[in-house]
Amino acid sequence: MKQLQRYTKKINLVIGLLVIVGFLLVMIVSFFYTPHDVNAMNIPEKLRGPGGAYMFGTDEFGRDIFSRIMKGTQTAFAVGLLTVAIGTIFGILIGGIAGYVGGWVDEIFMRTMDALMAFPGIILALMLVAVFGPGITNTAIALGIIAIPAIARIARSGFVQQRDSEYVLAAKLIGVKPYSIMFRHILPNISSQIIVAATVTFATAMLAEAALSYLGLGVQPPNPSWGRMLKDSQAYLIGAPWYTYAPGGAITILVLGLYMLSNALRDFMDPRSKS
Amino acid sequence: MMYILRRIILLITTILLVSIITFGVFQILPGDPVRTMLGTEADPTQIENLRSELGLDRPLYEQYVDWMKGLLTGQLGNSIRFSMPVKELLFDRLPVTMSLAGLTLIIVLIISLPLGMFAARRQNKLSDVSLSTVTQIGMAVPSFWLGMMLILYIGLQFSFFKISGYIPWTQSVAGALSTLILPALTIAIPQIAVNFRYVRTAILEQVQLDYVRTIRSKGMSEQNVMYKHVLKNSMIPILTVFGLIMAEVVAGTIIVEQVFSLPGIGQLLITAISNRDFPLVQGIVMYITVAVVMINFIVDVLYSVLDPRIRLR
Amino acid sequence: MQWKKSGLILLTVLMAIVMAACSSDGEKTTTTSGTTDGQAATDAPQEIVVRVNDDPDFLDPHKATASISYQMILNIFEGLMAPETDGSLKEGLAESYEISENGLTYTFKIRQGVKFHNGDDLTMEDIQYSFDRLMGKNGGEKMSNSFDNVASTEAPDASTFVIKLKEPNSNFLYSLTGRQSAIIPKSNDGKHNENPIGTGPFAFVKYAPGTNLELKKNEQYWQEGLPYLNKVTFAFQSDDQAAIMSLMANEVDLTSVPWHRVSEVEGSYNLSHQNNNSSLIVTFNETKAPFDNVKVRQAINYAISKADIIDSVFAGYAVPLGSNMSPAMGDFQKKGLESMYERDVEKAKALLAEAGYPDGFKTKITVSSHNDIYSNIAQIVVANLQEIGIDVEIEVVEWGIWLDRVYFGRDYAMTTIDLTGRASAFEVLNDYISTNDSENFFLFKNEEYDKIMADVLKETDQAKQIEYYHRAQEILAEQATAVYIADYQIVWGSDKQVTGLKSYPFWFHDMSEVKFSN
Repeated sequence: MKQLQRYTKKINLVIGLLVIVGFLLVMIVSFFYTPHDVNAMNIPEKLRGPGGAYMFGTDEFGRDIFSRIMKGTQTAFAVGLLTVAIGTIFGILIGGIAGYVGGWVDEIFMRTMDALMAFPGIILALMLVAVFGPGITNTAIALGIIAIPAIARIARSGFVQQRDSEYVLAAKLIGVKPYSIMFRHILPNISSQIIVAATVTFATAMLAEAALSYLGLGVQPPNPSWGRMLKDSQAYLIGAPWYTYAPGGAITILVLGLYMLSNALRDFMDPRSKS
Repeated sequence: MMYILRRIILLITTILLVSIITFGVFQILPGDPVRTMLGTEADPTQIENLRSELGLDRPLYEQYVDWMKGLLTGQLGNSIRFSMPVKELLFDRLPVTMSLAGLTLIIVLIISLPLGMFAARRQNKLSDVSLSTVTQIGMAVPSFWLGMMLILYIGLQFSFFKISGYIPWTQSVAGALSTLILPALTIAIPQIAVNFRYVRTAILEQVQLDYVRTIRSKGMSEQNVMYKHVLKNSMIPILTVFGLIMAEVVAGTIIVEQVFSLPGIGQLLITAISNRDFPLVQGIVMYITVAVVMINFIVDVLYSVLDPRIRLR
Repeated sequence: MQWKKSGLILLTVLMAIVMAACSSDGEKTTTTSGTTDGQAATDAPQEIVVRVNDDPDFLDPHKATASISYQMILNIFEGLMAPETDGSLKEGLAESYEISENGLTYTFKIRQGVKFHNGDDLTMEDIQYSFDRLMGKNGGEKMSNSFDNVASTEAPDASTFVIKLKEPNSNFLYSLTGRQSAIIPKSNDGKHNENPIGTGPFAFVKYAPGTNLELKKNEQYWQEGLPYLNKVTFAFQSDDQAAIMSLMANEVDLTSVPWHRVSEVEGSYNLSHQNNNSSLIVTFNETKAPFDNVKVRQAINYAISKADIIDSVFAGYAVPLGSNMSPAMGDFQKKGLESMYERDVEKAKALLAEAGYPDGFKTKITVSSHNDIYSNIAQIVVANLQEIGIDVEIEVVEWGIWLDRVYFGRDYAMTTIDLTGRASAFEVLNDYISTNDSENFFLFKNEEYDKIMADVLKETDQAKQIEYYHRAQEILAEQATAVYIADYQIVWGSDKQVTGLKSYPFWFHDMSEVKFSN
């Protein structure tokens, strides 16, 4: 029983890691090599089925879908990591200060976070993209802002829990500066929760980018983005089904990997399931 | 009582903050409602006429103050794009989104509850592991793509399903279901994974508790233990998750209504944003915020009813 | 206790669903009333559902400006003149008309016995009211610029209406169709948008924003025997891909078919191809370097492959253009201009070098997100121009931002858009291009061109008008005013039983002669 249990937990971890490492490898390779030029159009070769020179077929401009999927990992990781960076840095700052300082600062910060959260993410993203303009960086900024409240909440509850713990009181007594307590002492103690949240944020950023692409915004062509490819492929669902399965599969597999990884991490950290 | 009062004050501040954020974003949002509406065919006379007719030549903060004043008297103003009261537009579309959200919740419930219970009982067996993996795939698929796939592989194959538009319940129950089931499934599938996981964990946590061991040792049948005690006590944590899921469902309707051309609040919101229809956006955002905050409120109150310890805090 | 309750609720819900599913067969017929499937054909209900991308901007025909609105509401309203499918005009509410020798006085004989949808007779007072309203003479704001040239209007008797112009304008009759000057009843003043009333073949029933616009048959229509349909529903659906699936699911009877999906519906649906009469262009801000240099514009013209765009974006359903004028305009179009700039990368490079940009330059193309064709075209432009050393970045923005920044703000380098078709050759060439026109967003300036467009209005002989128009088109091509790509076709897919669809050189779903036949 115990053995099986450990094994199943590992399944999430193993698959999750495999997926992410796999895509990372593809990304590294894509910097140096793709089977075809990702943006080179070859209209007479458009919408070829998979096989032959084109492993996943070609799109409506005769571009190699496989090469674009490969190159798309760069976009995916750029958007995902930048979103996570913005979301966690500001989330920890806001949540940390709210939780550590408490009182009206806490009220103001957290009510603003509530307000941001009450707003459907995709709508906020739509408005922010309109303000910042489209593109990889701007999309990531918009998605990062949306990720802030969830991480701020987690950080806050972590800081509130740790604020009154003995080691913090002891540190206060010997006159350690507040920011040092916050970031040197408390933060490492809640980092595991933040890492889980960051993994989930990465996953939701992928899905949000796809949704933005569906609405015609998001990452700009001709930059290969899975979300954009998925949207473009809707026109060929019946005539060229392979076109839609490639980016759809890529998104699904990466997001699934991230979710599995986050679940595995959560299970490892959860003290109750360790018993 | 104090608890409820505090929650109501919270609700009002949240709404106020949301409306200020929307207003702030609108201040810097490029694009003009009149030009967007009239397109490339408009001549300058028509643009100017319409702008002054709608009071859009006034500064935006004045429009906001007016809007707030109206709000206090129960008025949401007029939509720019549709030249009719925001209230009317909202009430026309509310039933669609409410039905969609309701049906989605039911689907999430009737699938995830039994699955979660089943998985918990077969903890770490192959069926449990594969169930949790399969449901997670549902979470990883972009929703508009899922919708399109459902249209292609279910909607077009069975003539019962309608893939666009909405038929009101009052006109025909089957009609309403035929328009709502596929979009509801699209939103439900990712949420099933979330809820499944929580049900499973909640039950497993209960099973580990001492009282379960005690009643088991008294010789109660496994069925009885499960349904009479474990499930009942697991409902509390599950309820919390449900609040979260409700919020997700409300947000999920936005893209999905677009895919299935359902004339609901979400579709209206997309139109309102792309048309820079400030009064309409504010009206809808108000509605969504109130809905989300109210759901959390109800969940919290229910929670405190189910678990009296909460009230003490 | 609690669990029992929730169990009960669950059970009830389950039962409700099962019951609903069981009863579905019995009730199905009522839910499909709006559409026609095979079985219903025997007693063809003559009700059509037409899918349209977006809501109308206004139902009030004088307020509406978006072409999407006229596509629908021209079924409700009529003008003194009526459009023909070949781009010419015929008499509408006017039975006949006369133009004085000097081209200044237009005398219309008004059809008798025409009734508005509310049952009232069409009177001179209503016609006078409609023109006064457009010109802002009722005390309201001016609603159109098309009648600035009108000196006076009068109704000498109960069946004659006279319009006097300040200056002759050979194009004036085109301002008198339902699109430019619909005749609406005075009695409905103040309610033209909420409850539009006209004289057209169909009467307004209901408008549900974001859902549909319902029209019903005008039983008293003045054209004997028309219309055939009892009910017309324009259903709004923005997603093209979802729309084609709605056609397959028999939920709509008529929709445009995305070009790449034509093969999926071929055979099971009637397809008709309409030359849109719009001109799809890639254009530049011509006051901004380097696009102020004609050689740069010509180089870009040589570099961009119209064939590639037509093939990959429109799946071949488009006709190449050489100027703003589409072949849909018949003799007005100057033929042969479309091959003036055959793709020639070397020549393009040479021209670019001559213009002082031997290594090309960097620029940006700003396109709207409301239709994918623009970003798709932009991608080909990027690939094509890369070959001659021009590095183009694509910027996709919302339609509202595009209008603000590019169309009205004119703060852009390159863009692509389709210029909507007009029924009149004059408007095709004047709107968006001539310096007299406020819509000239690419800021083209050419004295000879402006002179031609002014002179042609004074010319009454059509053969001579055509000469002027041909020369104007040559200038556009020679000056490489824009890259004139193509007039793309709209492929309409309709239920096999639908007959009588007409296509005009502008957006109009004319339902007057449509019917379901067996």
